[in-house]
Amino acid sequence: MSYPGQMLVTMANVHRKDSHKLEVYRRHGGYKALEKAIKEIRPDDLIQMVKDSGLRGRGGAGFPTGMKWGFVPKSIPKPRYIVCNADEGEPGTFKDRVILENDPHLLIDGMLCTAWALESNRMFCYIRGEYGKSMRRMTDAVHEAYEAGLLGKNILGSGWDCDFDVYNGSGAYICGEETALLDSLEGKRGHPRLKPPFPAVVGLYGCPTVVNNVETLATIPSIVERGAGWFAGTGVEKGTGPRIFAVSGHVEKPGCYELELGKVTLRELIYEICGGIPRGRALKAVIPGGASTPYLTADEIDCTLDFVGVESKGSFMGSNGVIVMDDTTNIVRATLVLTRFFAHESCGQCTPCREGTHWAERVLFRISGGKGSPEDVDLLLDLCSNMGGTTICALADGAVNPIRSSIQKFREDYDRLIRGEDGPVPGRLCEVVW
Amino acid sequence: MAKLSEQTREKIRGLRDHYPDRRSAVMPALQHAQAELGVIEEDTMLEVAGLLEVPANQTAEVVSFYTMFDRVKKGKYKIEVCRNLSCALRGNLEMIEHIKKKLGIEVGETTPDGKFTLLAVECLGACGWAPMMMVGDTYYEFLTREKVDAVIGALVEGQEPPGGPHTQEVFE
Repeated sequence: MSYPGQMLVTMANVHRKDSHKLEVYRRHGGYKALEKAIKEIRPDDLIQMVKDSGLRGRGGAGFPTGMKWGFVPKSIPKPRYIVCNADEGEPGTFKDRVILENDPHLLIDGMLCTAWALESNRMFCYIRGEYGKSMRRMTDAVHEAYEAGLLGKNILGSGWDCDFDVYNGSGAYICGEETALLDSLEGKRGHPRLKPPFPAVVGLYGCPTVVNNVETLATIPSIVERGAGWFAGTGVEKGTGPRIFAVSGHVEKPGCYELELGKVTLRELIYEICGGIPRGRALKAVIPGGASTPYLTADEIDCTLDFVGVESKGSFMGSNGVIVMDDTTNIVRATLVLTRFFAHESCGQCTPCREGTHWAERVLFRISGGKGSPEDVDLLLDLCSNMGGTTICALADGAVNPIRSSIQKFREDYDRLIRGEDGPVPGRLCEVVW
Repeated sequence: MAKLSEQTREKIRGLRDHYPDRRSAVMPALQHAQAELGVIEEDTMLEVAGLLEVPANQTAEVVSFYTMFDRVKKGKYKIEVCRNLSCALRGNLEMIEHIKKKLGIEVGETTPDGKFTLLAVECLGACGWAPMMMVGDTYYEFLTREKVDAVIGALVEGQEPPGGPHTQEVFE
């Protein structure tokens, strides 16, 4: 299978039989990156290499990875921890799972290179509780790696020790926020922390900690092996390398596609790579980067798939979960489904988020059921302005994005429901009964 | 009164000094407890705290925050259907209606024989292979009425339900 813009880095092995096994990973050049790092690259040079590569975080915020590593003070006499954020939970996002289930050794390889760069002796992989298969595959891979001398004491005869823990979450979207994840790892409720201090300085157990997304860490081996220059030469200036685009919703061929950044447009992704909209329907809306990113209309999909391209249309790359909706979709009801999610997942620390998400859900529920009034739309906008930017973490901002953009771009859907022209359609998206 | 088996108690004790901070053992310890009992009631929170030698509020605060801990006993098999957007766009509601009819229960309810509980849950990360449901920790994707029937039918008979397709098979 090949598609336009394809650039396989983190998905290079997933199609192989038994790709999750050490033997298969090694047969195709696995752990060469780790060997090279240990033998040839001094830790600080490896940090510089990742800076030079231009790699930006694949979790959602897109923060430059090398810079994040550079913030870790090596002079503090405390342990340094490497934490992999595998708490994938953003609706529309299912890319990390592909790596966890099908190429766990690539992730361990990348984490070991990271630990080498940060001179760390302990790594954690925090996997969301529902990912049972990912958990089993990672645990098995870690056992294999320990037995092969790739983890534990004196790794590959280097005199360097590094231990690995697979840690299972228990069902909380908020733990994908890096400081909430650290609290969760410490055995507490997943409550995001005020920043600064950032985890790089005060992280897990109060020690310097690097928290990176699965896909980010799985990209590191290719940079180590092929060089920062190679990676920096791919993609576009403000977004190098490939990213996995996880496409769902109304397309013929949903799934994960690893594309070089900036080489294809959102239109090409939907109509060429994913085979277009089923049943010949027309496109109505796209969420380009997971539930926390604003909607794009059918007229806004001629942007290249990179950070700058998507931002030029007023949305974000986010976690690259592309949700496609055809013209049968009522956007108010779609927004209700997303808002219900944020209300369910709000950790409850900050009042604007705890109260605002539930309030917005109730208002959207009212409108969706044909019982809304014109003032309700203003109320939603008012709620949005009281939620955005007023909380410790970005969950509330994420909840605002679909609400505000749906009103700005699909006002007609609201008006029709309020005028009673589009009452509840049985069996159609979200007749909310739960 | 100890509810947990000696085997589970030993596993939990073994976690005590595994992490740099004792408290990190709370969540994995509770997961062991739930795996055995299928529910975490107040006495289990106390028992786990006692085994780990941590204050009982530390187990209670974790149980009450995370959705995967059940404080009320659920059916032997929890059928959890994704209710988020990508699944909604591809017919999760039809699947939920079908399961409701088949089991004769509403969402959130348990069958009288204690075998099945039906739940509608938030995104489980199978959006591209929607609609989906999770039973235990197994994902069933590209759900159809026939597939639902096959899975529930096997569970009723006490057999291993047919799997997938999961991502692995999708890529091969």
